[in-house]
Amino acid sequence: MILYILCFILFLVGLYGVITRRNVIKIVLGICIMEYSMNLLLVLIGYVEGGIAPIVVKGVEDTNFVDPLPQAMVLTVIVIGLATTAMLLAIAIRVYKKHGTFDIREIKNLKG
Amino acid sequence: MEVLLAIIIILMIAGSIYTLHARDLLSAVISYGITGFGLVICFLLLRAPDLAIAQIVVEIITLIIMIAVIRISVREDLTERSTIRVAGVRYINMRSVSFFVAGIVFMAALLFFFIQATALLDPFGVHSIRMAAAYMEQGAGLTGSANLVAGVLFDFRAYDTLGEATILITAVIGILTVLRLKGRK
Amino acid sequence: MERGMTSIVKTTTRLICGVVFIFGLYLIVHGHLSPGGGFAGGTVMAGAFILLVLAFGDDIRHLRIIEEGSSTLENLAILLFLLLGVSGMAIGAGVFFGNYLETGQAGDLLSAGIIPVGNILIGIEVAAALFTVFLAFVIFKEEEQ
Repeated sequence: MILYILCFILFLVGLYGVITRRNVIKIVLGICIMEYSMNLLLVLIGYVEGGIAPIVVKGVEDTNFVDPLPQAMVLTVIVIGLATTAMLLAIAIRVYKKHGTFDIREIKNLKG
Repeated sequence: MEVLLAIIIILMIAGSIYTLHARDLLSAVISYGITGFGLVICFLLLRAPDLAIAQIVVEIITLIIMIAVIRISVREDLTERSTIRVAGVRYINMRSVSFFVAGIVFMAALLFFFIQATALLDPFGVHSIRMAAAYMEQGAGLTGSANLVAGVLFDFRAYDTLGEATILITAVIGILTVLRLKGRK
Repeated sequence: MERGMTSIVKTTTRLICGVVFIFGLYLIVHGHLSPGGGFAGGTVMAGAFILLVLAFGDDIRHLRIIEEGSSTLENLAILLFLLLGVSGMAIGAGVFFGNYLETGQAGDLLSAGIIPVGNILIGIEVAAALFTVFLAFVIFKEEEQ
């Protein structure tokens, strides 16, 4: 139970970064931290006490597996997370080239 | 097991708090690696080897791209002040302090609601997903693959894999367009 | 100016990048027998190519040609994956992504229906996508200078 709460505290640290930081790179880092914490929470829910990795080995029968469904879902999310992080960073570089700063309070002109 | 995982998650929290408060952007990116590699160890402890392999390579590629971004912009410093010096007297910067306090209050409210919502979950280690019981028992027989995760991904849930590939393509097209590599010249 | 990194890095890269590529290929092909699969193996293969570009560097015209080829390969792989699913509708049980090749014994190399084919296609797609993303950033950086 305490593990779920610790995982959510990691999510809240990322959320704090998105809310209160001024630098665009720090905001992107906060979003990535939120993503990691949610991956961890999904795999934590699927864990079975004393289970082994979900690979069927010949000769060993009737074993206690860890749940494979959250692992399959999180596996795709990890690779998608890299693509969306790269997209956020590309937008951040574009903003820097146009306005000369990473500060979100200086970027008021959203046209063009 | 729980104690070990709790220690590693506390290390990840400490690393991420330093990441968001670092004065230097390069230090922030490097200490972001603490969170990523701590996650790899957590995945290994939770018996998920596929995830650990994918996460370690993805984390390294993320670090490379972030360092490339910082080197393009050559911006290494960030200034955030909590006190302002006006005419020699230190005043408290009300804007940043009020953001901080509002953020803490909002996060405390979210934490309270989360504790209420997950009080009904089974404790850590008890299998609480109904659907996957059938996957665990009959997965190897029905799909014929020894790796149950690959069997779930490509046989029972192949539509989700198609959706993931579509998101990957769309994100790559987005990056190529934003960086002006394709499109109208 | 010498392109790329120092000669120690270049020599080590010449020795290692082939091993990393073969390891990624092993993870993809044995995805239904041991931990790995399309996604993990695909990212490792992308890592091999990224290592090559980082260590040796290149001029921008050559990088643009490589990036076009990698982007084409990625789109081709996802198209073949979609056709694999549609072919499940034509043959066998008649459902989208139906498993119509024969599923042998769990634990053999030739088993589990369309899962090895799906692994290979997704592995190529993920490797090409991550390599294209990396090349886009490198080309952008080289263009500014």
